[in-house]
Amino acid sequence: MSAAVKREPAVRIVKRDSIPRWKSWGIRLLSVVLALILSGLFIFAVTKLNPIQVYVEMYSGALGTTNRTWTTIRDTMMLLCIGVGLAPAFKMRFWNIGAEGQILVGGCCTAGMMIYLGAQISTPLLLCLMAVVSIIAGALWGLVPAIFKSRWNTNETLFTLMMNYVAIQITSYCVALWENPWGSNSVGVIHRQTKFGWFPPLFGQDYALNVILVMALTVGMYLYLRYSKQGYEIAVVGESANTARYAGIKLSRVYLRTMAISGAICGLAGFIAVAGSSHTISTNTAGGRGFTAIIVAWLAQFNTFVMVLIAFLLVFLEKGAIRVASQFNLNDYASNIITGIILFCIIGSEFFINYKLVFHRRKEGGK
Amino acid sequence: MRGVTKTFGPVIANDKVDLDIRQGEILALLGENGSGKTTLMNMLAGIYYPDEGHIAVRGKAVTIRSPKDAFDLGIGMIHQHFKLVDVLTAAENIVLGLKEPGRLDLKAVGGRVREICERYGFAVDPEQKIYNMSVSQKQTVEIVKVLYRGADILILDEPTAVLTPQETDRLFDVLRNMRADGKSIVIITHKLHEVMAISDRVAVLRKGQYVGDVPTSRTDPQKLTEMMMGRSVTLNIDRPLVEHRPLRLEVRDLTVRSDDGVLALDHVSFQAMGGEILGVAGISGSGQKELLEAIAGLRPAQEGSHIIYHPPTPDQAIAGRHAPVDRGGEELIGKTPRQIHRIGVSMAFVPEDRLGMGLVGSMGMVDNMMLKTYREGPGPLLDRKPPRALAQRVKDELEVLTPSLNTPVRRLSGGNVQKVLVGREISQEPSVLMTAYAVRGLDINTSYTIYNLLTEQKKKGVAVIFVGEDLDVLLELCDRILVLCAGRVNGVVDGRTATKEEVGLMMTNLGKEAVGA
Repeated sequence: MSAAVKREPAVRIVKRDSIPRWKSWGIRLLSVVLALILSGLFIFAVTKLNPIQVYVEMYSGALGTTNRTWTTIRDTMMLLCIGVGLAPAFKMRFWNIGAEGQILVGGCCTAGMMIYLGAQISTPLLLCLMAVVSIIAGALWGLVPAIFKSRWNTNETLFTLMMNYVAIQITSYCVALWENPWGSNSVGVIHRQTKFGWFPPLFGQDYALNVILVMALTVGMYLYLRYSKQGYEIAVVGESANTARYAGIKLSRVYLRTMAISGAICGLAGFIAVAGSSHTISTNTAGGRGFTAIIVAWLAQFNTFVMVLIAFLLVFLEKGAIRVASQFNLNDYASNIITGIILFCIIGSEFFINYKLVFHRRKEGGK
Repeated sequence: MRGVTKTFGPVIANDKVDLDIRQGEILALLGENGSGKTTLMNMLAGIYYPDEGHIAVRGKAVTIRSPKDAFDLGIGMIHQHFKLVDVLTAAENIVLGLKEPGRLDLKAVGGRVREICERYGFAVDPEQKIYNMSVSQKQTVEIVKVLYRGADILILDEPTAVLTPQETDRLFDVLRNMRADGKSIVIITHKLHEVMAISDRVAVLRKGQYVGDVPTSRTDPQKLTEMMMGRSVTLNIDRPLVEHRPLRLEVRDLTVRSDDGVLALDHVSFQAMGGEILGVAGISGSGQKELLEAIAGLRPAQEGSHIIYHPPTPDQAIAGRHAPVDRGGEELIGKTPRQIHRIGVSMAFVPEDRLGMGLVGSMGMVDNMMLKTYREGPGPLLDRKPPRALAQRVKDELEVLTPSLNTPVRRLSGGNVQKVLVGREISQEPSVLMTAYAVRGLDINTSYTIYNLLTEQKKKGVAVIFVGEDLDVLLELCDRILVLCAGRVNGVVDGRTATKEEVGLMMTNLGKEAVGA
């Protein structure tokens, strides 16, 4: 009768049925506050710095000057663009881990055309051409795993991941090919003087075009997923392939179409990265954002407007962390830990939104 | 069990239930689906933990936190869905999870298994692999598994749901042997005649509350129904005979392979008429699912198969909105599911998990209503107006309980989910309506609502194909019953004259009854 001696469980986890919106946002807000306190403790324990001062520096790193603000906006738009691209794929439960590769092929095409056609045709025409070609390249990169998935039911997670390495190798090859200056092992800024094929400044802002393009995509994707017949199909397929079959939806067609769209937007992100921001190409052009954007898409539950917020938060943290590292002579890792703590708390808060803890009132213990 | 309460979110599954289980008796736990029978027993078996209340075994208060605690107390439960590893043998499954000291000696295990089998009159081969076993054999393994662990309180959750009448009799013999051996047995059921046949005492639950218990010898089905429902009900299904019964669907030599390439249907031929309900009986996995999927165009048929659809003549009310087809009969094989649906062949398949097919759990009623019709209308955008109107109509007519039309259907109770599904299929005004397990997991009232809906359709001249699990219902509802056995048609019987035993035999013994009727 060993069980009789055992105590009742002190805490039990109960699934919540539903939760009012204000409450769920309250929990999220609380998690950010908790994260700030936790990382404050960490900062103080390790560096003996005043946490408030560190946070002020973080803010200044991301939004301290107009220049920094625009850099933060530019990088937010980049991350958002990739997140928007991943949204339809992940909503379909197609694990597209291959955004990195899709960005790189888009970026390579853009850089190549910039180098070879830069002086030949006018910049607006070149921009359009580069956009179209990078979209096609990204779409092809996304289509390959989808074709294999619908034909032979291969695992798309591994497949898209492998496609990244192919893209990275192609990019290395291109970098070697376009090396400038000779022996630098990098492409350098393309058309630094003439700015052929660069995004033109709008309203006096270098990155205004980035914002316009990405926001248009964000709104478009929101409408596409919510109000279009194709978006409806994506939702049905994502929920259950069986239900989709039963409804007469051709699975393979939806896979192919959606992955082409997903890859195309990621390819376009590569175009924006090269023509609208770095004006060069390297294997770091994607820089892990293809993976970070997965967090953006999932956390936002594929709502592209929420993605704006999350992408901004992530970039803000990143910029702030870099600033803190340089300002206080900490290395990158310390600031990465802060970012980690904050992300952990935010993602962890989703648990408390879905579940609640029931503490046992121990009036009589085990007996 | 004293004052046991369990809630799931806002739902109270068990409300202060008191229950006694005595040694050496068979207790039937009776209640409608959703009345909390399984939840109550799960708390005894350590799957759930009660929010309130106490459990005492042999006079001692105990805390059961896990199935292992339950086993230590000699409580074992046989679940409705078997929990066996297919690729292992019976003996391996039986010792799985047991931490016995020393080396694993499968021979000795086999010996003990045989000993248990002999004592109670089972037949299990310890070396047989699970995937080679029939449903009833698997159930036997589950029972032996529990006995092997030394359980003397056995809980069986709807053990007869998957068995033929003959297998049920055999199971009951075994249970009686166990009772003679001093074991306590709880059998969860909602079938009244089984309660009368096997139990010593009946405990009744209604909407999570304990209604009371009576010795079986001093009650009768009518009284038990009243206890279950809280009022007196008449359990008769209206079965009018429709005079005009034109041929609607003709299946000839339909041969279909299952997902693993095994022949699921072997030269199946039958006819479905408008204005009648054709029942499809068979033990589970006899090809029912494949049959409906083949007709709906979801599963390719082998060469030589024919499914001929004969459209109703234009003057019949239901002809209206479907795609025009050849009057002389249209071959359905080779058409896409969408084309077949547009012709007017509709399928409401309720799978085990209810939402796996036919409905999208995370969507509300509105979005689910347009699952098959969302392509209608021009342009790339969705038109949510017609589905919204339809959702409202289904909600009103079938009394679907939902907080709003956009509440994800996953949050609705099983009965309401099924009303949404069946309501949508009927709203398409099909000329052939196929349903599988339409009342799975529904309470008696809702089940009868659905039966009546189907009968309504029949009266309109629709050919209804009804795949069912419960023979009693099939015999009460259907005009004709097609009996499938291992993928073959083992005969078609008249639902008004056939007996349960007759159909039960046909479900298991292939070929003994010549194709007839």
